[in-house]
Amino acid sequence: MDFVPAIARWVHFLAGVMWIGLLYYFNFVQVAALKAATADGTAAGITKHVAPRALLYFRWAAVVTWLAGATLLGDKFVDAFLLRHGMAAIGVGAWLGTIMLVNVWALIWPNQQKILGLKPATDEEKNKARRVAFLASRTNTALSIPMLFFMASGLTHRSIFFGM
Amino acid sequence: MKNPLDSLWGTIISGLVITVILYFVVKSLITAAA
Repeated sequence: MDFVPAIARWVHFLAGVMWIGLLYYFNFVQVAALKAATADGTAAGITKHVAPRALLYFRWAAVVTWLAGATLLGDKFVDAFLLRHGMAAIGVGAWLGTIMLVNVWALIWPNQQKILGLKPATDEEKNKARRVAFLASRTNTALSIPMLFFMASGLTHRSIFFGM
Repeated sequence: MKNPLDSLWGTIISGLVITVILYFVVKSLITAAA
């Protein structure tokens, strides 16, 4: 029955748009905005009211995206992650998405908690956390480019991997 | 050497380079299996 994969694909898109949309918001908008806001003393508006909300949707959208993607792969899940039986292209997309999910929960969120004061940290720890969270977020932005390429072409445009 | 991830253009170019490399990796995997 096509009902479950169709709903999984829909949820995968919805949550994926929220996840990657917020990732791009952080990298293309908030980093520069925070720099300017810090210079004129208005950074609290972002760090107190915007960033915690954005991070809430960001980290849970990442989980929902991954779970919906796993559901969508269904019985091809293992083949995709082992890059075999014609599932190599979508499998690379799945691996990249998985690395990005781990980055969100293991690096970005724990360090953002220190930066935003949700977890106690010294100034030195906060400075280190800023750098780690920034690089993890930028890594995810870079990885989102191949991830979206392999998600988009991995199953429905597989012919591009033949030819040329 | 400057970290390319410190700039947005460096990040985007890094992503495009990884895409091209992975494209050829996947292409070789698929053609080897065919």
